[in-house]
Amino acid sequence: MEWIKLIGIVVIVVGFLLKFDTIAIVIIAALATALVSGLSFPEFLSSLGQAFVDNRIVTLFLLTLPLIGLAESHGLKEQAVKIIQKVKSLTAGKFLSVYLFIRELAGLFSIRLGGHPQFVRPLVQPMAEAAAKTTVGELDEKEKEQIKARSAAMENYGNFFGQNTFVAAGGVLLISGSLESLGYHAPAIEIAKASIPIAIIMIIVGIIDNQRFDKKLKNNQSKRNRG
Amino acid sequence: METFFANLLEFFFILIGIQLVYTAVRVFMDETNPTRLGSGLFWLIIGVLFAVGEYIPSMISGILVVILGVLTLFKQVNMGDVYNPDPKKADAESDRLNNKIFIPVILLALIALVVATIIPESSASVIGISSVIATIVAVVIIKPKNREILIESDRMVQQVGTTGMLPQLLAALGVIFTISGVGDVIADIIGGIVPEGSQLAGVIAYVMGMVIFSMIMGNAFAAFTVITAGIGVPFVMAAGGDPVIASALAMTAGFCGTLLTPMAGNFNALPVALLQMKDQFGVIKAQAPVAVTMIVIHIGLMYFWAF
Repeated sequence: MEWIKLIGIVVIVVGFLLKFDTIAIVIIAALATALVSGLSFPEFLSSLGQAFVDNRIVTLFLLTLPLIGLAESHGLKEQAVKIIQKVKSLTAGKFLSVYLFIRELAGLFSIRLGGHPQFVRPLVQPMAEAAAKTTVGELDEKEKEQIKARSAAMENYGNFFGQNTFVAAGGVLLISGSLESLGYHAPAIEIAKASIPIAIIMIIVGIIDNQRFDKKLKNNQSKRNRG
Repeated sequence: METFFANLLEFFFILIGIQLVYTAVRVFMDETNPTRLGSGLFWLIIGVLFAVGEYIPSMISGILVVILGVLTLFKQVNMGDVYNPDPKKADAESDRLNNKIFIPVILLALIALVVATIIPESSASVIGISSVIATIVAVVIIKPKNREILIESDRMVQQVGTTGMLPQLLAALGVIFTISGVGDVIADIIGGIVPEGSQLAGVIAYVMGMVIFSMIMGNAFAAFTVITAGIGVPFVMAAGGDPVIASALAMTAGFCGTLLTPMAGNFNALPVALLQMKDQFGVIKAQAPVAVTMIVIHIGLMYFWAF
């Protein structure tokens, strides 16, 4: 009957799948797990309260918010756009690689570029498409679709693999807090440093993938010219 | 030295408490918020838990946390018409400040890195130290109007919203899992599949566990709590794997799962709509070869670097 202890995981998986309220789901999962494991309700409340207060460190990033908000209102993103717009006369793949690099760098300094709605749609995808047109000529529908998908993918790669190199990222603090609870000493700064190699590898893999894409665009074009 | 930094950390928690209570007050008074009482109460409770959580009985804290869940469950936490930065003003400001705008944000990361390297005991409080210094620098460079910084704090806190509290709550869930012995149960099950003491098998199980759970839940943070207690600790850390390296890689392995799943709507479905793509799985298809490559690299890197 030990298996019953996994009920919390079932609650989380089902709750997240059905898109129920996440905060409530996590608390219900904790309650269910505690009760089937023999904790009384008051014991559960005490453990939850203690654990929540002990892990305040995970939300320490709130202290960085006034600064980030201030910088945003005073043109942080607009300045980033200007820098990216200076990147001209590149192939589509090279432009996407440059964006991947900039996106990871932004993660390192916790600069929120705004993600898909505020950055990919108005800036990255149009610029990538323009770059492809100037270097290989007119594009067909399929190629345009691929450039769209790739623009979104670069944003995701850069966002995911860059964010944990920042010491006050939510993920870093969650790792640090969880490991401390499990009895390991794991300062946030060490976690952030340990996330650097994979962030660099991500850029390399991205560049290789983008080079392949450039080659493919070129091949398509020469086929079209011949045919 | 360590007591000093512990006290400093507590001071930063009080600072966050004040930040949150300020948001609570503004929300209580915000008539554009459809549920201003519930929303204000949400931020007030978290503010109290931050500022004085150390001094109130755990059971009271627990009850307060449960109230947070009840408030979000019944959709009582919302945002009013919070002011948004004016793009015209931001544009003009970027002409005025140019690249100087990057100085405070770069300092934010740099100071934390430098202080943590020079004074290892400072550990977690470095984030507070760098935030405070970088914010002061930002005020000097940007010269905001008075109270602007408070207004920005409130805007950002509300925009981060309830989602911002999820990591801390997941960390707390991890503690409950540990107390209840959930990790041991998973470890028993995985132990039937993964050969005892095999480092490579442990690494594969940890990485794949993160990938699969992140795909199912669409959220690597939640997967991390479960998989680290159940697989990471018994099969990688207990076999001699470095906890810092292994867990950092486990999280990014989870992100590879996020690249592969339609469950991660914000990342994989939202751009399909925004970019008016025809194939609703187009972004995932473009990401799949890279994600699979990265998963293999994670396994290799964790195996060779963490041991």
